[in-house]
Amino acid sequence: MTVLDMRDIRKVYRSGDIDIVALDHATVQVDHGEIVALLGPSGSGKTTLLSIAGGLLTPTEGTVVVGGHDISEYNAKQLTEFRRENVGFVFQSVNLVPFLTAEENLLVVDELGGNKGGKAAKGRARSLLEELGLGHRVKNLPGQLSGGERQRVAIGRALFNNPKLVLFDEPTSALDTKIGEQVMELIRTEMKARDTAAIIVTHDTRMTHYADRTVHIVDGRLDAGTVTA
Amino acid sequence: MNLPLLELRRQPSRFIVATVVLSFLATLLMFLGGLLDGLYLGSTGAIRAQQADVIVYSESARDSFLRSRITSEQRAQVEAAEGVEEVGGIGFVLLGAQVPGETDIANVAVAGYETPPKGVPAPPPDGQGIADTRLEDAGASTGDVILVGPQQTPIEIIGFVDDTSYLQQSSVWVNLPTWRAVQNANRPDSTVSDDIVQALVVSGTGDLVTSIDTATAGATSTLTKDDAVLALPGVKQQGDTFNQIIYSTLVVVLAVVGLFFSLLTLERLGLYGVLKAIGASTRRLFAGVVLQAVIVAVVAFVIGSLLAIGAAAALPAAVPLQLTPARFLSTFIGLVVAAVLGSAVSLRKVTKVDPASAIGNAS
Repeated sequence: MTVLDMRDIRKVYRSGDIDIVALDHATVQVDHGEIVALLGPSGSGKTTLLSIAGGLLTPTEGTVVVGGHDISEYNAKQLTEFRRENVGFVFQSVNLVPFLTAEENLLVVDELGGNKGGKAAKGRARSLLEELGLGHRVKNLPGQLSGGERQRVAIGRALFNNPKLVLFDEPTSALDTKIGEQVMELIRTEMKARDTAAIIVTHDTRMTHYADRTVHIVDGRLDAGTVTA
Repeated sequence: MNLPLLELRRQPSRFIVATVVLSFLATLLMFLGGLLDGLYLGSTGAIRAQQADVIVYSESARDSFLRSRITSEQRAQVEAAEGVEEVGGIGFVLLGAQVPGETDIANVAVAGYETPPKGVPAPPPDGQGIADTRLEDAGASTGDVILVGPQQTPIEIIGFVDDTSYLQQSSVWVNLPTWRAVQNANRPDSTVSDDIVQALVVSGTGDLVTSIDTATAGATSTLTKDDAVLALPGVKQQGDTFNQIIYSTLVVVLAVVGLFFSLLTLERLGLYGVLKAIGASTRRLFAGVVLQAVIVAVVAFVIGSLLAIGAAAALPAAVPLQLTPARFLSTFIGLVVAAVLGSAVSLRKVTKVDPASAIGNAS
């Protein structure tokens, strides 16, 4: 069943008198539990596609349906709520809240939803961190964690609300190869265990074999995708 | 879990500079306010204590007790005016007084009265007076006979009363004949006859200001008690001057809060982008900035209050610094309002943070 259905997406930025086409009639679908690697050079439109898929940007043309929600015409407030409840993000630079412990960084998601981080939320945060191999790090601040551990906390944060779709923006770019592979292995395990759809933007072709399918993007255009796993 | 509070608790060093600067500004605000209150209370106590609605001066006095003279005919006209219920004569004379056992001359305002001001008993017998506690601070005790003016007119002090000073001088409340005796003995250039008072304190109903001045055919100038307080020499000018300084200091508070939280918001733009991406609303993020600014202001208020109380205790009694609960409250409100307005400068920056900036940003 399709979780992400992007059809005929165009995204045009205006720069002075010139229109810059970041995405040109891009169409992509991602199913439950499917991991798609999005590969392309800098400036090819990867970030724009990921942003539109996650409700961070709205397309100039085309439709975006995520988990049954057509978000193409959502306003900023609707998109904020949509992201909070339906999408997980793991960013290139880990971007945890520096003054919160690993556990609290997961509970932020709960608080942003207007909750108070009650017992159930804390239990879920701990169990997620244990699952990610961070059971002994729940009370540590990000500054006390290694790069790989921080990225695992970020994955925990992305998974906290049981999102339908998780978007990874170059999750291994700040890690060495060995840790990067461990993180990719973890991502694959977690996505498959939850039957959660994921798009992983990467430059690194060595990481694409962790995805089920690789989609190339060049000058805002997508290819049909190659099955890689 | 509350993000802004946790940040304050776990990264207090980020807020120290702003807290220290605001604490000093809070101290300055309370110090200035305390001086203003001290000057105001010390100048106006004798008038504020009057249990009357209006004060009636002679028309030519330009609202000054010392220049004013009310005759018995004018008093009768006032008593007959519409709405008038109670009328009392009053008069002041400012003189030096020798307190037994003291080498310094104390400044006193000998005040003759008929209608007792708040806290003052009925007029005492001739030659006796009830003094303001300022005279007690100057060394006088109950039973002392002070010698007033160049003629050293004796007045026996039979008690003390709080907050009735007049133009920074201790009032000595006496009956009208004693006041006239002191005035005539020590101010031969402005003697008063037995039927003369300086002014009238009047209670009643309705528009007394108009009815009294109409009844005397313009021979009197009647002021409400509040206006009479402001008409005292220097009171309005002192208030205006100090208030200008206080308002200017509040503008500085606003600028400090605005600048500090603008810089803090600039530092946090990346984090705000991430938080917006994962579902934080602009309103929630901005509320966090305001909450932190208010907490910093409250902490600064507490520190500033303690510093001001310490300074007040260390200063000599001659400095007219009075820290009143109302001054603490108004300073607190001023700081909090300035903190909210100052932090509002960050609203535009928080609003403009694009959640999409979280993606593709390696910095």
